[in-house]
Amino acid sequence: MLEAISFGDAGWGDEMLMGAFWTVAVSISSILLGLVIGIIFAGFKLSSIRVLNLIAEFYTTVIRGVPELLVIYLLFFGGGSAVMYVAKIFGYFGYIELQPFVIGTLAVGAISGAYSTEVIRGAVNAIPRSQFETGSALGLKGFRLYQKIIFPQVARLALPGIGNVWQITLKDTALISVTGLVEIMRQSRIASGSTHEPFIFYTIAIILYLIITRVSNVAFDKAEIRYSRGFVKRKIS
Amino acid sequence: MRFELMYESFFKILKGVPLTLEVVFISTLLGFGLAIIVALMRISDNKLYSVPAYSFIYLIRGTPLLLQLYFVYYGISQFSFVRESFLWPILKEPFWCGIITLTISTGAYSAEIIRGGIQSVSQGYIESGKALGLGRISLFFRIVMPITIRQALPAYGNELILMVKASSLISIVTLMEITGIARTIISKTYAPVEIFLVAGSIYLFINFIITRLVKYAENRLSIPST
Repeated sequence: MLEAISFGDAGWGDEMLMGAFWTVAVSISSILLGLVIGIIFAGFKLSSIRVLNLIAEFYTTVIRGVPELLVIYLLFFGGGSAVMYVAKIFGYFGYIELQPFVIGTLAVGAISGAYSTEVIRGAVNAIPRSQFETGSALGLKGFRLYQKIIFPQVARLALPGIGNVWQITLKDTALISVTGLVEIMRQSRIASGSTHEPFIFYTIAIILYLIITRVSNVAFDKAEIRYSRGFVKRKIS
Repeated sequence: MRFELMYESFFKILKGVPLTLEVVFISTLLGFGLAIIVALMRISDNKLYSVPAYSFIYLIRGTPLLLQLYFVYYGISQFSFVRESFLWPILKEPFWCGIITLTISTGAYSAEIIRGGIQSVSQGYIESGKALGLGRISLFFRIVMPITIRQALPAYGNELILMVKASSLISIVTLMEITGIARTIISKTYAPVEIFLVAGSIYLFINFIITRLVKYAENRLSIPST
């Protein structure tokens, strides 16, 4: 039994760790993509242009009401041809096959983006009107106003929500094992298929996820404390 | 857009709706019972109860549902003593493995929702109940539970929608519910966008109905404003 999880050629220990690496890698790239989407669509939702509101509302309603697995199938089966379609517009007619990592990032990023949109929108809404007014009084307009006054505060207010989105995103990456990316989930399937020890490998997978969850919880707590320096009394040790 | 294909597959996918609803219904019902037990253990002062409940919630919320499903379906059945036990007729069925996994999952998530609800019941109500001479059990069922349900209902409505979405995972263990049928059609016809729209609309419709029902229940249970 110990042989099965040892490192090196005989065991699956190093492969499982590699799987954990890919889980973390695809989670990070997905949440980053999701944050970009979230900032854009939160802007859409807060905009006074009706069409943009509707587009953003449609996106978040669909993603939050439809199973993640369906979204992943959509991109897994349709992502390649969508990219080729866009490439054709730019004059490239070759065949493009997307890497599982890219499909995974697109799919989980699209899901994560819907949740981030709501978190960021909520954070912007929580900023008092007076902050905008003060900014304008100081002569800041448009992007500069957001960059200097609003975003730093949004970052602080959104952080706990983004922590939750991170947990969701991390767990959603398990679903992209169906697209062939060898992350924790797929690696433990492969290992248990080859050793006939599913119990051990799924237990290891559980432990790996719990470690990642625990570490990221601590990291988010630290970040929250850091970003609220001006707001909470620091403990006097 | 291949509209004819969308029309045909709509009726094919519709055949998966009963299974989706059945799985969601059974596991939500069982999970609600589990959640009450876990929530009560979680708020208990006795560490013998609260620590296992806390660990259970942490374990379930910290791991992906797909992994839990694989663990139940493939992991547990590895052992011959399980395969020889009386539980085997249940554990060898993907359907029951799906129900077990979803029940455990919603049990953990809802436990946190119910705990929040129970803790929001103010001490005054409990004291009034005691003053009326209610025993522990009737105090719980007649005072604490009704207030908890009212408090927790909006969050529980979200959990119900998450359950509908989560039930799609059982398609991975060969059960042909909405997502399973959709996947089969996609891989045959290679029309991911069309099938996504059809299956997605069905899910959105189910979730819309659930949202309405929860809203209706919320209105019924809310304190009429004077």
